Amino acid sequence: MGRAPLLYLNVFVIATCGLVYELLAATLASYVLGDSVTQFSLIIGIYLSAMGVGSWLSAYLDKDLALRFLDVELGVALVGGLSAPLLFLGFARLDWFPVLLYGKVFLIGALVGLELPLLMRILREQVEFKYLVARVLSFDYLGALLASLVFPLFFVPRLGLVRTSLVFGLVNAAVALWGSYLLAPLVGRRVIGVRVRCAVVAVILVAGLIKADRLTTLSEDELFADEIVHAETTPYQRIVVTRGRAGFNLFLNGNLQFASADEYRYHEALTHPAMALAAETGVPRRVLILGGGDGLALREVLKWPGVETVTLVDLDPSMTRLAKNYPPLRALNGGALEDPRVTVVNEDAMVWIARGPERYDVALLDFPDPNSFALGKLYTRSFYQRLAKRLAPGGAIAVQATSPLFARRSFWCVVRTMEAAGLFVRPYHVAVPSFGVWGFALARHTPFVPPAAPPQALALRFLNADAMAALFALPADLGPVEVEVNRLDNQALVRAYEAEWQKWQ
Amino acid sequence: MTRRELLTAMLGAPFAAAACHTATRPSPLPPGELVGPSDKLGHRLRDLRAQPPAPTRRERAAIVIVGGGVAGLSAAWRLARAGVTDFVVVELEREPGGTARAGRVAGQDCPLGAHYLVAPFAENRALVTLLSELGAVTGVDDATGEPQFAEEQLVADPEERVFYKGRWYEGLYLHAGASADDQRQLTAFRAEVDRWVAFRDARGRRAFTVPVAACSDDAEVTALDRSSMAEWLAARSFTSPRLRWLVDYACRDDFGATAAQTSAWAGLFYFAARMPRPGDDSQPLLTWPEGNGRLVAQLARAATGRLRTGLAVVDVEPGAPGGEGARLTALDAAGELLGLDAEQVIFAAPQFVAGRALRPFRAAPPAHLREFTTGAWMVANVAVPELPGGLGFPLAWDNVLYESPSLGYVVATHQQPGSRGPTVLTYYHPLCDDDPRAARSRLLALGRDEWAEVALADLSRAHPGLREQATRVDVARWGHAMVRPSPGFLFGGARAAAARPVGRVRFAHSDLSGVALFEEAFYQGVRAAEEVLAERGVASPSLL
Repeated sequence: MGRAPLLYLNVFVIATCGLVYELLAATLASYVLGDSVTQFSLIIGIYLSAMGVGSWLSAYLDKDLALRFLDVELGVALVGGLSAPLLFLGFARLDWFPVLLYGKVFLIGALVGLELPLLMRILREQVEFKYLVARVLSFDYLGALLASLVFPLFFVPRLGLVRTSLVFGLVNAAVALWGSYLLAPLVGRRVIGVRVRCAVVAVILVAGLIKADRLTTLSEDELFADEIVHAETTPYQRIVVTRGRAGFNLFLNGNLQFASADEYRYHEALTHPAMALAAETGVPRRVLILGGGDGLALREVLKWPGVETVTLVDLDPSMTRLAKNYPPLRALNGGALEDPRVTVVNEDAMVWIARGPERYDVALLDFPDPNSFALGKLYTRSFYQRLAKRLAPGGAIAVQATSPLFARRSFWCVVRTMEAAGLFVRPYHVAVPSFGVWGFALARHTPFVPPAAPPQALALRFLNADAMAALFALPADLGPVEVEVNRLDNQALVRAYEAEWQKWQ
Repeated sequence: MTRRELLTAMLGAPFAAAACHTATRPSPLPPGELVGPSDKLGHRLRDLRAQPPAPTRRERAAIVIVGGGVAGLSAAWRLARAGVTDFVVVELEREPGGTARAGRVAGQDCPLGAHYLVAPFAENRALVTLLSELGAVTGVDDATGEPQFAEEQLVADPEERVFYKGRWYEGLYLHAGASADDQRQLTAFRAEVDRWVAFRDARGRRAFTVPVAACSDDAEVTALDRSSMAEWLAARSFTSPRLRWLVDYACRDDFGATAAQTSAWAGLFYFAARMPRPGDDSQPLLTWPEGNGRLVAQLARAATGRLRTGLAVVDVEPGAPGGEGARLTALDAAGELLGLDAEQVIFAAPQFVAGRALRPFRAAPPAHLREFTTGAWMVANVAVPELPGGLGFPLAWDNVLYESPSLGYVVATHQQPGSRGPTVLTYYHPLCDDDPRAARSRLLALGRDEWAEVALADLSRAHPGLREQATRVDVARWGHAMVRPSPGFLFGGARAAAARPVGRVRFAHSDLSGVALFEEAFYQGVRAAEEVLAERGVASPSLL
């Protein structure tokens, strides 16, 4: 029978797809659960043992082998093809995610394990046994090699996990359809049913691809170095969470907001100098956070025992919802948004600040960088004047002020603008590996010297007495430059910022 | 008239062809109504040929101010500041403010006409005083002595963008694609403007400043009035289309007339009067969501309880200084006549109204009246659920369409703190026919629906889908929007003649300045009020 060589090719493709699903599951698990050695080792173990189980079970299939073979192949196409999208969806929503993950790996392994014994039995009649075993197994192992090469080198960087998964599902379904022609004489008239099922599986997978495109575009996947594990477009911005070996990253409109690996440096530096400064004149009890919907500055604030109320004003309800409900973010901020002391207000800070009589002991301004006129308003003299009116006597303000190294004029523009609003300001900086050198401004109504280190009891990872002193020691290349004050009617900061960052892109 | 004929007439044939090319029928027009001035009451005055009968009811006030626009309200404001309160302001329309009135569309304040003010120099003391009352002046610059203005009331950046071939560009001058020659001509034009900024006459006066009354009357300056701005450009070989567009836009924006219809004096006034020193940036602009309605409201406070609206003054017997008093007759909306006796009258209505209301002018129309011509404007307020965007430079306060007879639109929420959500776009369309009467009949021939159609079609070239998104379009038709500074008019003697008191009547209106700016109407009102105060022997240090 002349179709045997073509069926070897079939084996080759099946083997490639099988290993791709395994690699997908292992990569995805290491992305979202971390600890890649354990995950790879566990997934390989589960997958291979499941193949054993499948092979074992193949002995109990006696009738309609060719039909069973094609159905198993379609099953692999469907379960394997949908594996990455379903696992990503499940990760954000399910508490029993590991069960889903390992269950899925087991199911795919078992189905792939069924395939080879069935095929060998189908071909038994046509090919001498020693050649059959030799050739089926060689093509199987060669397929594995191909998968292990194209997966990391081509598919993950070009397509991302979700699309890779769906594309291999489609390849799998196509091979099943092809198989239905090669094995047609053995299947008989029920081959029509097989082809209908092929079409149904293909439609489902194509629908998945279209849906994936609406979730994240291909170009966006290429833009981010790491895998996108969450993406949504809100009326205000594009929120993307990626997961790489070093942890999670949150991007707003493509700009990195934090990397979980080193965000503690940023958020400790943003929060504790202002808290410590305010603490010099009394326990800071009422804290205001503007922006910072990720809840990470909030986590730092809540470490201070005297804090009674925290008002967090962030424009985007999707952002604060994500910080509250998305497991990796919730884990990172320690469920800070659910703390009873916290009130979340989803409103434009520019609108909010002009209203209400409440005064605050500490205000932390954690807005995205001033890269649009709408954001630029939140760094104007007018805004700081309004903020200053909401500050209690002795209260302190800390403002994230972009990078004093990459955008030195912008950094000093923030400092000078706060001074123009009548505040006394001390600029400071910190090294955050994923950002570079980052700048802040600490301010209050009266002159001050940089505060002493925050209490030991807070158990901070970064900010001890030495680090606190170092924050306020500015190297020569970050020193003052002549800048215009940022006002609503000149948006000097947005213009400076755009010019400065253009140099680095 | 078909939609295509309508758009051809108002926006030009190529655009109409493009707009009507689509096979699908346009979606229904959003609702809306005619707002702003009513031509009905005014035209009753025009058509009232015979002498009105003697009114049965008479009232008196020491001072009657005819016209509750900016000039009249400014006069009232000035009188009230001097402690004089025995006055009454008589206004034809139901709302005061004239062309500076504010409107409200879909819950959002917006202008119905004039909508910004160039920040004044310190020497314009009256205006600085008014702005201080509004909290718009926060202090004085130690170095220059010039006032400092509240950040929130200065036009927020970005101020302007221009739409050209599918894309928005920052600023008003179209830099994108400008040739070396375009750039050279722009620089040369700025040098010409700078020369006039630096100019001082023998008495130390600037060539151009606000108010016009403070400008130099040196022959070298006034000679500019003899040619049109277009002729002035041509005589200096300014041929760059972009530069000519900029100048033409400036003339249409400030005077409602093309560069060919505008005196070169007025054209240069636009550029030079707002610049402190050669090479400086122009003075910043002050604006509010409701436009100059903010200023109107502040001025109107001074006339609280002394403002009579919906009352058309149909007859003025000017009386004589030292002799008999002035006797006025006014007609209300119900057709009732009211007599008003006054010691002094400030006639703060346009000149064409003076020609019909003043009895001696009706009997023998003075020659200067014919010299005053007024342009027609259409202003549409378009409510939209979201701020419009567009390719290229982001939304600005003033959004100009390069290839349109309109001036584009301003965004009512631009000065408000939020950066999102619903807004109102105020679309300005001056009708620049050579014959102002033709423009007026063109304006009034179209109703709300037709003008809304024109506004939406024009805006849709920059914002496709705007027609479907718009929730409301209100239309204001200003038949006599502003005096036209045609060549020869400004220094031809008509303004001086029109400013001369008649009997006990003094005149106060931006017509007398020849350029219809808030600042000019304000100046004329304050000036007339100070003359009245002087005549009454009320001591009050001049603000002028």
